[in-house]
Amino acid sequence: MSELLLIVSIGGERVALSAASVESVVELDTLIPVPRAAPHVAGLSALRSRVLTVIDCMRSLELGATDCSDGIREAAVVEMDGHHYALIVDLVEDVIEAHSEPTPIRAAMGEGWERVSQGMVETEEGPLLLIDIAALVSGAEVKAA
Amino acid sequence: MDDLISEFIAECREMLEALGGEIVAWEASPDDRSRLDSIFRFVHTVKGNCGFFDFPRLEALSHAAEDALAEVRAGRRNADPVLVSAVLGIIDKIAEMIAALDAGEELPAGDDSALIQALQERSEAPAATAAATVTEAQSRAVAPRTIRLSVELLDRLMSGVSDMVLARNELARRLRETTSEVAVDGAFERLSSIIAEMRDAITRTRMQRIENLFVALPRMVRDLSAELNKQVLVDIEGGDVELDREMIEMIRDPLTHIIRNAVDHGIETPAERLKSGKREIGMLSVSARQSGNQILIDIHDDGRGINGKKLVEKAVAAGVIEKSDAADLSQREQLALIFEAGLSTAKAVTAISGRGVGMDVVRSNIERIGGIVEVDSTVGVGTRMTLRVPLTLTIIPALTVSVAGQSFAIPRSAIDEIVRANGESVTLEKLGGAGVATIRGRRVPEIALSDVLGLESDIPEQDRSLVVLRPAGADVYALAVDRIHDHEELVVKPAAPAIMATGLYAGTTLADDGSPILLFDPAGIAQVGGVKLESHDRAARIADTPTAAVEADTPVLLFIGLDGARRAMRLAVVDRIEEVPSAAIRPGAGQLRVQLGEAILPLAGVHGELSTEKVRLFRLNDGTCEIGYAFREVIDLSAIANEIIPAEHPGEISAVTLVAGEPAELVDPHWLFSTFLTASERMPLQPVCRIPADDPWMQNMLRPIVEAAGYRVVSEADEFEVDLAILSDLSADDAAAARTIRLRAEPDPASGKDTSIYRYDRAALLTALKSAGAGSR
Repeated sequence: MSELLLIVSIGGERVALSAASVESVVELDTLIPVPRAAPHVAGLSALRSRVLTVIDCMRSLELGATDCSDGIREAAVVEMDGHHYALIVDLVEDVIEAHSEPTPIRAAMGEGWERVSQGMVETEEGPLLLIDIAALVSGAEVKAA
Repeated sequence: MDDLISEFIAECREMLEALGGEIVAWEASPDDRSRLDSIFRFVHTVKGNCGFFDFPRLEALSHAAEDALAEVRAGRRNADPVLVSAVLGIIDKIAEMIAALDAGEELPAGDDSALIQALQERSEAPAATAAATVTEAQSRAVAPRTIRLSVELLDRLMSGVSDMVLARNELARRLRETTSEVAVDGAFERLSSIIAEMRDAITRTRMQRIENLFVALPRMVRDLSAELNKQVLVDIEGGDVELDREMIEMIRDPLTHIIRNAVDHGIETPAERLKSGKREIGMLSVSARQSGNQILIDIHDDGRGINGKKLVEKAVAAGVIEKSDAADLSQREQLALIFEAGLSTAKAVTAISGRGVGMDVVRSNIERIGGIVEVDSTVGVGTRMTLRVPLTLTIIPALTVSVAGQSFAIPRSAIDEIVRANGESVTLEKLGGAGVATIRGRRVPEIALSDVLGLESDIPEQDRSLVVLRPAGADVYALAVDRIHDHEELVVKPAAPAIMATGLYAGTTLADDGSPILLFDPAGIAQVGGVKLESHDRAARIADTPTAAVEADTPVLLFIGLDGARRAMRLAVVDRIEEVPSAAIRPGAGQLRVQLGEAILPLAGVHGELSTEKVRLFRLNDGTCEIGYAFREVIDLSAIANEIIPAEHPGEISAVTLVAGEPAELVDPHWLFSTFLTASERMPLQPVCRIPADDPWMQNMLRPIVEAAGYRVVSEADEFEVDLAILSDLSADDAAAARTIRLRAEPDPASGKDTSIYRYDRAALLTALKSAGAGSR
């Protein structure tokens, strides 16, 4: 039984998210900043009368900041512990099937990637990095703690 | 089978809960057949079901209790305290076993024969303790039809409806944006009202009668008072008040704690009560009532009360407050000390209370749910604790404010007041970079929201508004915000952990326009903003420096005089406001006077005829004397802040000034007192003269002369120090008199040494009275 993966690109890199945990893909327009919150929390947005906590994946991976000034951003909505998060990504590409279980990557990755990596999965488009969504949401602080 | 067992367990639990109060009430009135019946029914049900399910121990217990109760029902036995205790013991045991069954555990091991044996014992003497209850038992008589629902389902319904409300708000916004048809609007209106109705109904399903909380109290008090050898009568009222289920759970522990305290520390032992002239049975009344969107729970005992001074001593000893501050505490502040950590007035730690978990925990638990605890106590008379809690947790009334163009919400329960930074009574100062706001003489730390949030505010400091906050567990402080918007009822949801980690926010919510809003946690802002918590309310009290006092506004009462003029009276000279029938005002001894109870005061402020039946007047006091000042109505309490233009001639009006934006005449109290007080009334300290009460000559002939000379006349019954004593017995003496005048009946003195005065020598008598009166001052 193969898992479905959602392919998104973050910081120019194509990575895979477990499609089962992604509720929907939305376009965010309003973004209410949360002063004093961790840098990877881009702010709050509303989706169908629910509050979304918006996570800037670029910041979470310590790859710099996503430029939110031009308005509409694509984001993947996930639910964790009863809270809804929107993960800002560059682009949502496609849903494909995984051909293998995730296997550890032995090559050295960037620090941010290392933290969120769940391993490598084989797909018909070649190997992809599977992202741990929880690690993405909790951002860089977890490592420090 | 499992279904049947869980049904049985649920039924037992329900009956057990209701029974706690019944059984104690039954003990108080053993003849009450209906209560006996309901207890009998319970043990009977348990017995029947146990046989079916094969729980031999439960069956043996309930069987024994049933037998004993059957004897009482048949009139062969009386419900004495020993029997009641034994039945209670068995019911407790049954409850314990049922709890174990419910948790899916094995029945706890143990032998029940002692409990069963206890039922057989007959008491010889009536027990010393008894507790009784006066509950509204009838209310339970006709139970509405009910079904059992899981709480999770209710929660899901509730959150679904909350989402529905938010979705409706969003739809409303979208509809406003587009030009919609009337038909669509109509349909939407209907949908709106249906949703509102549903929200009401669902909210009510989460409501529970507070009785669920109260029903356990009589039993608890009974056990406590028995343990402490006290007699306590519990009076419970308002059990039908409804409260959010979660709220009930949140106040269960604080309420229990307060009641334990009341029984343990408040109510005295019967002997002590008799000694202080009270009934030997202490009264503990617990009542609940709804007031607006708050529930008030009063716990009132008639015990020994809280000694504020002792509390202060303890607080000083424990280092909670400074000795220098201690003297300034008002009664209310003294009592509020019981909420400080580590203070307990109990001399000894008892098993019941005073184990370190004190009133501070009670307060913080109540404040956490947005409630308030108040305490009021009179030594020797009793203590009243009042819990004020909001009806529900999920919908919070809030104030929306904005800073740097972004909106935020502040829970209204924490807001003390809102003032403008450039208001008349507000000054802002910077001390070493820290903001201090002085609001009507009160110094409070001031923090700018923009600084706390790290935002740039383009509103200059003096144009901001200050929200004075009193967060739970923290001190009063002022928060400067750019703009105040609106009061809103917000459906608050918890925010994501990453947002809660800032410590600034209590949750998120959606405003009516569909955009998310962050709800502040006022205590968190204080902490992040660096407001120091230890100073507490006391240090923030009146901090007026002498210079500030000069500049400070003089508080005045703005009123309309009987002649219709707008006047202002300095508040400090007004003792109180009285209302008298106009018949109590009549001329006497050359001027208008008013009778107020026992006193007759000169009356000022009357210009022309008194037209109304009732006259209101200020009772003015200069410290020693009083006069009245009649007026038509009070407009407001205000302050003089503007220039005062003095009157040209001295008179009733000393000046004209602007009060609350309009000119008003300032009444001159000095002129009033100097004009309206006659010579004798102005005498600040009336000398006192003692005259024998049983001497008719003295009382009838001498007394008027003495009183005319300005003395207050007393008799021997008043044994205090007097300025002058007048005696007819030449050998007698009055030790408590500063001077003594002796009167003799004969015109000539008996000897040369005799200093007495012939009683009809009016000139000598008056001289003596005058010199005695002058000497006393």
